[in-house]
Amino acid sequence: MGRFFKRNKLKRAAQSLASVLVTLLLLVTLTFFLGQVMPVDVVSRLVGPDADQATYQATYERLGLDQPIIVQFGIYISRMVQGDFGTALLTGHQVLDDIIRVFPATVELGTLALLIGAGIGVPLGVLAAVQRNRSADHIIRIVTLLGHSVPIFWIGLMGLLLFYSYLGWVGGGGRVEIYYEGLVETRTGLLLVDSLLAGDTEVFWSAVRHIILPATVLGYASMASLCRLTRSFMIDQLSQEYITAARVKGVSEWNVVWHHAFRNIRVQLLTVIALTYGSMLEGAVLIETIFAWPGFGQYLTNNLLLGDMNAIMVCVLLVGVIFITLNMLADLLYKIFDPRTVQ
Amino acid sequence: MSAQASQGPAKRKKVAFLDREATSVTEAFLQRLLVGIHTFLSNGLAVAGLTIILLLIAVAAFAPWMATHDPNLQNLSMALKPPSSANWFGTDEYGRDIFSRIVYGSRVTLYIVTLVTITVGPIGLIVGTVSGYFGGMVDMIVMRITDLFLAFPGLILTLTFVAILGPGLEQAVLAIALTGWPAIARLARAETMTIRSSDYIAAARLQGASSLRIIFGSIIPVCLSSVIVRLTLGMASVILTAAGLGFLGLGAQPPTPEWGAMTSAGREYMLDSWWLVTAPGVAIMVVSLAFNLFGDGLRDVLDPKSK
Repeated sequence: MGRFFKRNKLKRAAQSLASVLVTLLLLVTLTFFLGQVMPVDVVSRLVGPDADQATYQATYERLGLDQPIIVQFGIYISRMVQGDFGTALLTGHQVLDDIIRVFPATVELGTLALLIGAGIGVPLGVLAAVQRNRSADHIIRIVTLLGHSVPIFWIGLMGLLLFYSYLGWVGGGGRVEIYYEGLVETRTGLLLVDSLLAGDTEVFWSAVRHIILPATVLGYASMASLCRLTRSFMIDQLSQEYITAARVKGVSEWNVVWHHAFRNIRVQLLTVIALTYGSMLEGAVLIETIFAWPGFGQYLTNNLLLGDMNAIMVCVLLVGVIFITLNMLADLLYKIFDPRTVQ
Repeated sequence: MSAQASQGPAKRKKVAFLDREATSVTEAFLQRLLVGIHTFLSNGLAVAGLTIILLLIAVAAFAPWMATHDPNLQNLSMALKPPSSANWFGTDEYGRDIFSRIVYGSRVTLYIVTLVTITVGPIGLIVGTVSGYFGGMVDMIVMRITDLFLAFPGLILTLTFVAILGPGLEQAVLAIALTGWPAIARLARAETMTIRSSDYIAAARLQGASSLRIIFGSIIPVCLSSVIVRLTLGMASVILTAAGLGFLGLGAQPPTPEWGAMTSAGREYMLDSWWLVTAPGVAIMVVSLAFNLFGDGLRDVLDPKSK
């Protein structure tokens, strides 16, 4: 019997791996064909408008554009497998290098935002579930509904106006004050960590003053959805019979909520949080534009406005890979931590 | 019917319309409709949402009469004036009246929401039900494609499509619709799979109904309520996405009075003239909140089990 389960599990793992691989392959295909239909002449972008016909032709052939489309697709895939993602058309930089350079800034912002969102959203969701249909629940409902309805770029602008321009409590655009720029050696790319490692508290506090507003704004949207989900998970648990049993036994309300009910939603919650982390990228596109945050979102937006298709396609590919990975991770977390799925 | 009525009209009268057993399809429908309306009306927030949406439609329809100024008329001597009795929400950097621009902007918002919804709904519904009903190869291909779409945060995929299509209002609508249908298709598919093997579908099949007839006559009507709920809740995010595109300069182009683009244009002058970004942002928020509230209320009525 044990053996049967094991084989079954292996088969299931293989199936899910296969479906992930198919999705990845589709993703690469999609970016390739999107690149094909882009209304941009890659060659003239590379050689410049003044190049003569021979240079144009040479570059055209070097890029393999004279080959049939299937062959081009093959070349594209084989280059990807070798880790060559091409260069940005306008700067000539390797796109992958560019992305590696800007990505830590987004990770730093997104992680802090997630901490804020989960740190506030989860307790609020529990409170709303416990106080179901009472005034606290209604207030929390309105706060979260606003989080779903308010344009994130607008909150960012209003935050800047209030806390930066009028009150002067936080820093403006960028990651630190301009005169601190480049003072701290880059080790992790996370400025908060780097400045602490270097022991430079002045830069650290400047970085804190700059990240706190964008991270809070970005966290608000995730706070709203995490709060709503926590509430519905908790209501599910609190209406179960084991909760009544615990109450009858005389377990204190605090223990009923946190030690009985909350323990049982942790796995679900962890899965949802993992997925929320990925959706930070979406908000980051807008938030980074407003706060002049030199991260992935700003890089993507800039390239969108410039029409640099190579860079855009690599960005899209990366976002897809991140999402697929997070989805897999969430599945995995569920399987590892949910005792019911452990054989 | 008439015999029954003459037998005990006195007895019948005492039973309220809603408590008595429906004797016809129309009656059952009317009963459900009444219960639904009652449930909806007892939800104050949902009614508020519906009221705002109706107001929005009215404002859009009567924009020329509501607006106090020509929304595109520039008057540089009146530039960046704070809110006053002449310009209720102030004026922008070209001296255009912001209130009038917001009024006309409601047309743009409604245009986007309507167009996206009427494309995404039918496409998602048909793809989802067909894929769920037939299963097998068709289903697998459709599922992989929707997987791919759902593997992205909406805005980023929309941005990519806009990059291909170019900036502009119609392109933004198309891009949002292209990203929107998979979620609906998934929902419709899931509903289809749960009812596919039920008795009444089997009965229809035994009567010799064609697949097309079964899908359109027996499956789609059942899926419709949850799809409508999802579409309504989705309208809020359509508004936010469209505003985000406008804000990034990839959606509606100036001088179209689109709220997101207005916010973006006002950014430069924001520190001295706060009203430039405040008014359009509030407009986006109120409308998107209204669709969320309305959608929530609608869900309680149409799709109570998914609450």
